[in-house]
Amino acid sequence: MSLPTPPRHREIFSVVGLDLERAGQVSTEVQRILRRLGVEPEVVRRAGIVCFEGEMNIVLYTPGGRIILLVYDDRVELIFSDQGPGIPDVELARQPGYSTAPEWARELGFGSGMGIPNMEANSDRLEIRSRVGEGTVIRATLFRRKGEAAGNSGKAGA
Amino acid sequence: MRLREVAELVGARFLAGEDLADREVRAGFAADLLSDVLAMVREEGVLLITGMVTAQVVRVAEVMNLAGVLFVRGKLPAKPTVEYAASAGIPLLATLHTMYEVCGILYNHGLPPAKRKPLPHENEPPHPAPP
Amino acid sequence: MRLREIAEKLGLEFLVATDPEAEVRGGYVSDLLSDVLAHAQAGDLWITHQRHLNVVAVGKLRAVSGVVFARGLRPGPETLRRAEEEGVNLLVSPSDAFETAGRLHRLLFP
Repeated sequence: MSLPTPPRHREIFSVVGLDLERAGQVSTEVQRILRRLGVEPEVVRRAGIVCFEGEMNIVLYTPGGRIILLVYDDRVELIFSDQGPGIPDVELARQPGYSTAPEWARELGFGSGMGIPNMEANSDRLEIRSRVGEGTVIRATLFRRKGEAAGNSGKAGA
Repeated sequence: MRLREVAELVGARFLAGEDLADREVRAGFAADLLSDVLAMVREEGVLLITGMVTAQVVRVAEVMNLAGVLFVRGKLPAKPTVEYAASAGIPLLATLHTMYEVCGILYNHGLPPAKRKPLPHENEPPHPAPP
Repeated sequence: MRLREIAEKLGLEFLVATDPEAEVRGGYVSDLLSDVLAHAQAGDLWITHQRHLNVVAVGKLRAVSGVVFARGLRPGPETLRRAEEEGVNLLVSPSDAFETAGRLHRLLFP
């Protein structure tokens, strides 16, 4: 058995809970890094969307957490971890429209119950591990389909 | 339609990115919920028409590569948000019209709606895992 | 123009039709309940992507002529039940809010 290939690039960001002024910053930074590494535009776009939703989940619902970006030859991974309240029913959270968002989050334009479904729609694999009272870890994997991606953004996300 | 024409049609002024007034707007999308923007907009070069003036709107515009953001009903984002948009090259416009009026004016002057992106639950079955 | 006629012309489907003859005086597009509470006018047809149960209460308070869920988004059974009780017309549009509003605008102000 061969050892797993190490990532070409690894970056760790910390996310502060309830810091709405900076929320979204990691996502734009992740896109900049991916672009610089020559990752396909379509993957950059999807990664930005996935990261934004994951980042907002951490900012809105937890005291804080971190986001790890791993770039491989064949895929991009984003790992979101937090010490928040946890998700009691992960399958329910995967359903579009299901939301536990407080009114203030809705008035900020979030909490329409599209966060996790949106992450799912824009990644090729989304693993969620959550324990109530301890926190949540979400790993999103986006495969780099080099053949079909060139210059045609947004196609595989749908 | 160019941003400049959008501004003229709806009586909007540029808050940021006036130097990009000749940028082409391919379609319009009206929403306040940012998750909906992220979930529903599939193409680039879309003008977001919104009443949401938080800092995240500009981040979303950046992430989605939008043509610009048009704030309605006279709502204005905070100064740091405008400054960030200017530095990130995201044009911001503001009008006193309501979202309904802006949609009416732009749609009836030929700005097409943003292309439909299926929502997750409309996508059956979900993505097959690549080999 | 009556809501029934608008629904026919724009291809809107009634989910709850408590008063299809309601007069539509204008339109309002927003996904924020607080914004609708503050600014929508009586008789407006409210077009939204919002699916929260409270749209019914807000629509009722502002006396809108109906609520149109854009993009084919259908609210849950609880919302439909409450709309029946409160007497709020609910409709669904296959188009997004931008296009639905654009076409309504053309219809009301040709």
